[in-house]
Amino acid sequence: MNNIFVYCEVSEEKSISDVSLELLSKGRKLANELGVKLEAIVLGDKIENLEGNLYPYGVDVIHYADDKRLFPFLTLPHSTLLIDLFKKEKPEVVLFGATSIGRDIAPRIASALRCGLTADCTSLEIGDHFENRTQKEYKSLLYQIRPAFGGNIIATIINPDTRPQMATVREGVMKKEIVNPNYKGKLKSIDAKGLLKDEDFIVQIIERHIEKSKVNIKNAGIIVSGGYGVGSRENFKMLYDLAEVLGADVGATRAAVDAGFEDHERQIGQTGVTVRPKLYIACGISGAVQHRAGMDQSAQIISINTDPNAPINFIADYTIIGNVNDIIPKMIKYYKKNSK
Amino acid sequence: MKYRIVVLAKQVPDTRNVGKDAMKADGTVNRAALPAIFNPEDLNALEQALRIKDRFPGSEIIVLTMGPFRAAEIIRESLYRGADRGYLITDRKFAGSDTLATSYAISLAVKKLEPYHFVISGRQAIDGDTAQVGPQTAEKLHLPQVTYAEDILDIEKDSVTIKRRIEMGVEIVKSTLPVAITVHGSAPSCRARLAKLVMKYKHARTITELQEETKDYTDLYSHRPYLQIDEWTVADLNADAEMLGLSGSPTKVKKIENVVLAHKESTRLTADDKDVEWLMQELISRHVIG
Repeated sequence: MNNIFVYCEVSEEKSISDVSLELLSKGRKLANELGVKLEAIVLGDKIENLEGNLYPYGVDVIHYADDKRLFPFLTLPHSTLLIDLFKKEKPEVVLFGATSIGRDIAPRIASALRCGLTADCTSLEIGDHFENRTQKEYKSLLYQIRPAFGGNIIATIINPDTRPQMATVREGVMKKEIVNPNYKGKLKSIDAKGLLKDEDFIVQIIERHIEKSKVNIKNAGIIVSGGYGVGSRENFKMLYDLAEVLGADVGATRAAVDAGFEDHERQIGQTGVTVRPKLYIACGISGAVQHRAGMDQSAQIISINTDPNAPINFIADYTIIGNVNDIIPKMIKYYKKNSK
Repeated sequence: MKYRIVVLAKQVPDTRNVGKDAMKADGTVNRAALPAIFNPEDLNALEQALRIKDRFPGSEIIVLTMGPFRAAEIIRESLYRGADRGYLITDRKFAGSDTLATSYAISLAVKKLEPYHFVISGRQAIDGDTAQVGPQTAEKLHLPQVTYAEDILDIEKDSVTIKRRIEMGVEIVKSTLPVAITVHGSAPSCRARLAKLVMKYKHARTITELQEETKDYTDLYSHRPYLQIDEWTVADLNADAEMLGLSGSPTKVKKIENVVLAHKESTRLTADDKDVEWLMQELISRHVIG
């Protein structure tokens, strides 16, 4: 069997993005299960301490293209290099971050290689498959698991006949884990100069305004999160009041973001951020599976909802049946009264 | 300068408003119970196309949609807002297509519309959220792609400047034409229907729809040929049937599970002051907060 590859994104600081390190950690586990090697691909410009940073994640090979035209990311030169590499190396599995980069380039590559791709997976596993129609048995496929259809179902997707098996995964879904600080792999360089043609640069970047996000809910210890049931952007201010008192951050569901109550960078769930706080206070959140996928590993969950049968209540440690507008001011009041 | 703009749009079940009857007892989706709507980001895409037409009068907007017969509604909705014509890509042989097979069919349809300058679609559809069909169609047409577009800032003769909305900010890029663009939901919303266009196109029908009409439209259609919405089948696209439907789709659904919640022993409280105070004391004493 061939190897597992992870496309590594380069951050603004010219190091490897967190989402890619998380995928390398997951890739290492999958590689162990399959008995294959883990290979990283880095297309960038003067990345600092590349080998020292990546090998500890259990990376056996780094394919590295060092060319100043490769940063910032552009679709065409990156896909030209990846398609060439995959045609030569024939990976078993390729993983991408489900970011504006991964979700831009992965489908283009899947189309060129005519292979299968599953977006926004919340879990990846190895398993077998028996195809009834052809009576054919497949060993050790990548199970690409994701919620679908408004979160009412969880689908397991496979690519029985085509390779590579490709998937994208959001930041925070997998855990970043160093396997061995002394792990050693080898560096192979990609001949970017030889492979890239002028037509790969017909899209040019004119300007960039990139700000480091001020929101860091991924690492928050306590999160006060609001859903559509909060009712308005105005009402969300109350969540901030509670968050301030508790030293918490504010999150939101997709429905609340779509309704304009909160900004996208605070969205928690399959198409937002995945969080694992010690306390998650879900306010007016019904609990669609896409949302739960992003928060169900919270150590303690409080649900505040007028609907006693809201799905979120079934994963909550404490359920308060009632209106968010009544309950939050009481929480603030009694926290202040009792915390002295 | 006049441009030809192909807009890709999809009719989707409104997964944002899923009711209790949306799932059948066997765990499959009851599509009939969900209202069918114009995919939201495809409306943002249509608006970008309309803005090009506003600036360059005489430009032409052609809407392509792939789906069952009722997806003709998407074309009518587009005509009401200012699109010039549309085609419904429909055939039983498309059933079961994943994003790769879908983009193959769409790319063949787009090729029939050459010479075009823009292929504009929404970034993703709300029923799958994959964001794959745009880039895959671009690859099959050998077009450069600009995804996550928020606004088309400028068009010169054969180049376009586009603002992209990405995680940490914005990026301004310039591409040559033709180009494929996928539009992000933060882009301007689509304008409303225009009453005069609704009047003009309200009888626009596909052949299949006409066959189901009780009224005879033959006379009307001979005077107003623009009311005819063409259907394109696998044969019209000259497509390889092996690359469509299940056989053309590398991804297979192995398993669909209805979401079953693991019931946790949850402490049930009311909004009464004593309950809320008890909870805050409990959390403080267990050092969860404070």
